[in-house]
Amino acid sequence: MTHAVGGKTEVAVVAEYQNIFTRVQIRGPAYAGVPLTGGSWVRQGRIRFIHWLGRIGDAQLGPIYLGWTGVASLICGFVALEIIGLNMWASVNWSPIEFVRQLPWLALEPPAPATGLHIPAMNEGGWWLMAGFFLTSSVILWWLRMYRRARALGMGTHVAWAFAAAIWLYLVLGFIRPLLMGHWSEAVPFGIFPHLDWTAAFSIRYGNLFYCPFHMLSIAFLYGSTLLFAMHGATILAVSRFGTDREIEQIVDRGTGAERAALFWRWTMGFNATVESIHRWAWWFAVLCPLVGGIGILLTGTVVDNWYLWAVKHGVAPMYPHVVPAVVQPTMSGVPQ
Amino acid sequence: MSTVDRSVIGPPAGGGTGLVAAMVGTLLLSGCEHPPVETVQGGFRGTGMMQVTDPRLAPVSNNTIPVPLPRGEIASGTPLAGDTFKNVQVLKDVPVPEFSRLMVAMTTWVAPQQGCTYCHAATDLASDEHYTKVVARRMLQMTRHINSSWHTHVGDTGVTCYSCHRGHNVPDYVWFTDTGPANASAYLGNLAGQNQPARSVRLASLPNDPFTPYLAADTPISVIDTTALRQGEDKGASIKKAEQTYGLMMHITGALGVNCTFCHNSRSFFDWDQSTPQRATAWYGIRLVRDLNGQYLTPLRGTFPANRLGPHGDSPKVDCATCHQGAHKPLNGASMLADYPELRGDSHP
Repeated sequence: MTHAVGGKTEVAVVAEYQNIFTRVQIRGPAYAGVPLTGGSWVRQGRIRFIHWLGRIGDAQLGPIYLGWTGVASLICGFVALEIIGLNMWASVNWSPIEFVRQLPWLALEPPAPATGLHIPAMNEGGWWLMAGFFLTSSVILWWLRMYRRARALGMGTHVAWAFAAAIWLYLVLGFIRPLLMGHWSEAVPFGIFPHLDWTAAFSIRYGNLFYCPFHMLSIAFLYGSTLLFAMHGATILAVSRFGTDREIEQIVDRGTGAERAALFWRWTMGFNATVESIHRWAWWFAVLCPLVGGIGILLTGTVVDNWYLWAVKHGVAPMYPHVVPAVVQPTMSGVPQ
Repeated sequence: MSTVDRSVIGPPAGGGTGLVAAMVGTLLLSGCEHPPVETVQGGFRGTGMMQVTDPRLAPVSNNTIPVPLPRGEIASGTPLAGDTFKNVQVLKDVPVPEFSRLMVAMTTWVAPQQGCTYCHAATDLASDEHYTKVVARRMLQMTRHINSSWHTHVGDTGVTCYSCHRGHNVPDYVWFTDTGPANASAYLGNLAGQNQPARSVRLASLPNDPFTPYLAADTPISVIDTTALRQGEDKGASIKKAEQTYGLMMHITGALGVNCTFCHNSRSFFDWDQSTPQRATAWYGIRLVRDLNGQYLTPLRGTFPANRLGPHGDSPKVDCATCHQGAHKPLNGASMLADYPELRGDSHP
């Protein structure tokens, strides 16, 4: 690689970028960040350098700015986790072994359908409601913190709004849709397998969620996100030998690396994104995944009762020939009940 | 001001990483059944209606049927059991040699170790002294009832005592009312009847008592609405209800050793028009089980001694596995009824 300026060492260093892991750690002196503008909090934690962190990112650890939103978020999150965890542990009679063994199955279950939107007794779904309250508070406080930290740095708030898209889906599943249905029992349990079984039951109950066009879009954006991430990550790594990993610089001042990356895609598929627009592609794909998914969940049971029949009605679901004799719904006529 | 951490510029990651990766990979795969599996297509191509079986897995139960006992010609005028023996209530019209032959067969099917005296008092074979004899009589009535009234489920194959007992006093698969392990705390840790690795629902976290609502009572099973859009204020079945039905379906697939697609086209579970004929058979099977638990097994509560009752003092009851024992046709579809026609029954008890 004779493009690299400077002596022998730098040529070797630049070549080391051609790896899945970062094999070169550039270390400056410890950096605490830009001066803070007002507010009563300071950054906490001493600055440390950790070699293994340097392999996957920046070797510098800390300082962190928690702020009151960060502290309140962590407290709320801890309370939610404790409520969920202690309920799970109590359900196996406080046996540590059974807790570990059965953990994937255990859950904090929402109230029974008879509860409607009332406040149930603690052990009849009250704990679930409380855990949901604290977890939601935690998530929203964390969102606020992201928004404020971005503002404090003079950044745009794109990260916070992307996070908000995920919060939207979480709120639809656990709060907004149950409100519209008039039952807390419609919400998702807190548990590893239980929330997966809930998902399967939800899809079956409403006639197969795969026929919901918003679910289809959500999947397209999910898979599209991984595709874009792979294309973009690979492109930048492939031209990082020309310094193109300094993407922000390349946005305003395209170098030979950015030109090569653009040419590569123009040659292979005729069209290329720009160094800036590829990030808009990625941001929108990622944000639209939970955004449209949430719309689909919100419509399910409130407007649409059977997505398969909806798809039949709108010409989406094809009909297949019978290969076994058609079955009619049996009735109990002629046989004893 | 930048410095380069030289320590990281070295030879590529060595065998250590590879070894760890191999170990993790092996661990992850150790829970899998190794290929090849056998698949049988049961629907139109592309619909995924397949039955997947692993030919290396041993069947849940031994499905070979016992050799039928030898059977002689019955001359006309042979005395009937009801006229010859005392206290014969069910098999009155059966000729004595046939009656005795069936008694011997029942002994080998239900009490091969204990012999005749498992049910009969040694001093007086006609006595109802042992509870087992009273239960056996009721079970005979039940068998004849199934064969005569539930052709929709058992077809011409029919059932005998052996279908469920398989040489055991109590069939391997019966169920009792189970409220789950007692939770020490009334204030927290309510699992709401689910969220435990329960065998009844094949280790899913689904509601783990599909029996009481659906096989002892006639709780409606269908949860899927049959209109595309919501009609009026009716919200239909709740998600919790859907999970309960799902639990019952898991029990059925385990009992029969099949996938969902044995009966359903999974793209549209509710649609009878896209289902296989087996779904109708299963539909009648669920009603059959309800009938047996309601008419025959639950009422035997007072007859059974305490050690035969469940933790809540209820009778042992039947579910799909009692007869099927992991085979979608019990005993792989072999019929024993032709050899024991007196079990056919001809009327209601």
